[in-house]
Amino acid sequence: MSEPILRVRGLTTTFGDGALHAVRDVSFDVMPGEVLGLVGESGSGKSVTLRSLLRLLPAGGRVAGSVCWHGRDVLAMNEAELRGVRGGEISMIFQEPMTALNPVLPIRVQIEENLRAHTKLDGRGRRARARELMDLVGIPDAARRLDEFPHQFSGGMRQRAMIAIALASDPKLLLADEPTTALDVTIQDQILKLILELRDELAMSVVFVTHDLGVVSATCDRMAVMYAGRIVEEGAVADVFACPRHAYTHGLLGSVPQAGAERSMLLSIEGTPPGLARIPEGCAFNPRCDFATDICRRTRPRLAEMSPGHHAACHNAGAVAAAGSPVRRAMRDG
Amino acid sequence: MAEALLSAIDVSKDFAIPRSLLQWARREPPAAVHALNGVSLDVQRGETLGIVGESGCGKSTLARCLVRLLDCDDGRVVYDGTDIATLSGAERRRFNARVQMIFQDPYSSLNPRMSVRQILSEALRVHRMRPPGEIDARVAELLDTVRLPPDAADRHPHAFSGGQRQRIGIARALAVEPEVLVADELVSALDVSVQAQVVNLLLELQDRLSLTVVFVAHDLRLVRHISHRVAVMYLGKVVEVAPTERLFRDPRHPYTQALLAAAPEIDPGRRTHRAAARGELPSPINLPSGCLFRTRCPHAFDRCRSEVPTLTPRGPVHVAACHLDHPEPTE
Amino acid sequence: MIVAAFPQFFAPYDPLAMDYVNLLAPPSAAHPFGTDNFGRDVLSRVLHAYTIDMQIALFATLFPFLFGTTVGAIVGYVGGATEAMFGRVVDAVITFPFLVLVIAIVSVLGPGLMNMYIAIGVVGWVFYARIVAAEVKVQKRLDYADAGRAMGYTHARIIFRHLLPNAITPAVVYWMTDMALAILLGSSLGYLGLGAQPPAAEWGVQIADGKNFMATAWWISVFPGIAIVITGLGFSLLGDGLAELLRGRR
Repeated sequence: MSEPILRVRGLTTTFGDGALHAVRDVSFDVMPGEVLGLVGESGSGKSVTLRSLLRLLPAGGRVAGSVCWHGRDVLAMNEAELRGVRGGEISMIFQEPMTALNPVLPIRVQIEENLRAHTKLDGRGRRARARELMDLVGIPDAARRLDEFPHQFSGGMRQRAMIAIALASDPKLLLADEPTTALDVTIQDQILKLILELRDELAMSVVFVTHDLGVVSATCDRMAVMYAGRIVEEGAVADVFACPRHAYTHGLLGSVPQAGAERSMLLSIEGTPPGLARIPEGCAFNPRCDFATDICRRTRPRLAEMSPGHHAACHNAGAVAAAGSPVRRAMRDG
Repeated sequence: MAEALLSAIDVSKDFAIPRSLLQWARREPPAAVHALNGVSLDVQRGETLGIVGESGCGKSTLARCLVRLLDCDDGRVVYDGTDIATLSGAERRRFNARVQMIFQDPYSSLNPRMSVRQILSEALRVHRMRPPGEIDARVAELLDTVRLPPDAADRHPHAFSGGQRQRIGIARALAVEPEVLVADELVSALDVSVQAQVVNLLLELQDRLSLTVVFVAHDLRLVRHISHRVAVMYLGKVVEVAPTERLFRDPRHPYTQALLAAAPEIDPGRRTHRAAARGELPSPINLPSGCLFRTRCPHAFDRCRSEVPTLTPRGPVHVAACHLDHPEPTE
Repeated sequence: MIVAAFPQFFAPYDPLAMDYVNLLAPPSAAHPFGTDNFGRDVLSRVLHAYTIDMQIALFATLFPFLFGTTVGAIVGYVGGATEAMFGRVVDAVITFPFLVLVIAIVSVLGPGLMNMYIAIGVVGWVFYARIVAAEVKVQKRLDYADAGRAMGYTHARIIFRHLLPNAITPAVVYWMTDMALAILLGSSLGYLGLGAQPPAAEWGVQIADGKNFMATAWWISVFPGIAIVITGLGFSLLGDGLAELLRGRR
């Protein structure tokens, strides 16, 4: 088995002098060429985790732990080293391209800027490469559109332009923070397919943050489910969907309407995700959990291997597994 | 066949774009966003009609026309045999009570300066639903109906989570005991696990209060789950209407086919590698001639450019607006 | 505020009592702010003027606030041609310097406090209306306004029960600033002889009284001037505090 290109160990991110833990003790690996999905609801810490990898945090945010990239710890790098990695070997794309792109600069300048920072190309080379990148991400009429400004692009095209900028440095890892959430289904579909194509073509790995289990199912190889700042379940997408071992994953899968079970009650999770300041004792999910027992209210379960490559942090993983996957049930009934 | 309770008949709605002085001086014709281009649709008593489409397809505009938050430019909306544009005064208020709307944004749809009790009792008082002495009891009852604790009444909207606010919005709509609920993207601002709670609540209330529901959403999975019938909209037109199960099994409009193929299935076993639809939405200011979908349609041919397809039967209760009777899905 | 309501308890002397022995006396233990050219105690006059100036602040702004807010709420809600017409009125008023316009109106009506209130009112409401109209327009786009319409509520109910409470904060804050401005304006008009009439104690009038004695008896003008500054500052701070408070309630 090949070595992971990114090893994250004990990642903990706090805000406000350590008072608020947005991410707690998160560990995962990213393998070469794989798409890893970070799944969770608002406030689960999935986006903060992604940003912590590159230390891109708002003021007051502090990251601890280690993020090992090619044998070097990103969290221990000085500013200059970090700049080489950020936007270079590791690129990032965001949910809202309109705010992530600079509105007063034409797309060409923004792509070439990244090329200048991370490649040795001369002016002519940069211009040619910018066009290639626009073609690569499927923006038609690239020569003309390079000189346009972000507001002249539609939502889908803006997202493509942002991907082109991210790809300028030939990254080995693409961090994607809900890149399709603001887009329509048919456009989302196009962008997802584009990211998968690029992954194959450029041999990149992708870490994909999303709240949409459909997107995970359609794009990711492995997934990590986050709840209240921790990873609660992690494994191959097919395994997790077929047999969730954590009660939260189970409930989440059951919350998604599926074909063949129309107008039936969804397997909803009562209550709302906890705020960062009020994370329950024991297992953070216990107040909303149908499987909760006494131990869940007292002790926090540790992430343990349930089957090869499939980890879950649940005291009642057996009972959850025995309940069967809500996805399988709907598919069988249908 | 069930009777139509609420119908849109050839409804059109434009939003004018203000001209600048320069454009006016150059005598440029006034431009308009064509939000609805002749929509005809029946909502039958007791059913849930889903309306799906992507942003800019006019589904929210249609929802607003149905409850007369917007007046349509052309065509009519008929409720129980009456053109709602002709209603005024007390009759209009009665219509408002019969056909209620629930809004998308849980954060802006409640007045931040009013407590839940004030919000609900205002509705009860204005429509004289209860004598003043019974209003508090009814408020408590409504909160119970939407599964909120009784002490919620004296708190302000900011004290609630998104899901709870949507419940308050539902309680407000139910306060006037409506017959029809028009829900515009009811759950799209909510977390997945909370979405399911609100969807369950809606399903349950519909059965208990025999409501007719118009469920407007962009999420195909949700619409499929909730609706008896589904109407698909594209660029201000209805392109296909069919019973849910039939529409999802045998879509006859190329746009419906693309939409279904594009929606990620919750089944990692079924993955595709080709994008379902090419191109992007044309500008709603300058619409294409003929069929509005032809610019993105894999089957487009000459006739699509020159002739507007109308909704024609594809079965007893299935209509689609395409020149081809049975376009093969591209996959 | 308390000083403004009961100046007689705080002021050591009658503000109109003349003392021909102590004309133009510099500040001393008996007269901390000195006396003016008629031997009147400047401290007492400054304190009594406080009452008049607070009245000016309140009365000159109350009508513009109420009327402007109402008009603004309606204009912002109705929009369209009404709003366009209102915009022209605003432009017309704003192109004239405020003070010049007020002076012109007072000149026509004749000097005096009442006429000054009328003049400020005729011009001042426009600013409130503009602020409220803009805010109502923003609020109107939020769903709760549509929810009210879908409920079949009357326009009046939606405007005044739902939109206005959410739109009034900036107008209230402006009101506080405007009170400070009104005092300045009142003093300016008093100075010009168009507002409060001598021998009434009013800061502007006092400053005007002292202008001929600036070289020899600076205290006649300077102390009312300081009073104006402090009061203006007070209103500004009050406005900021109020803004904070109103925002916090959301």
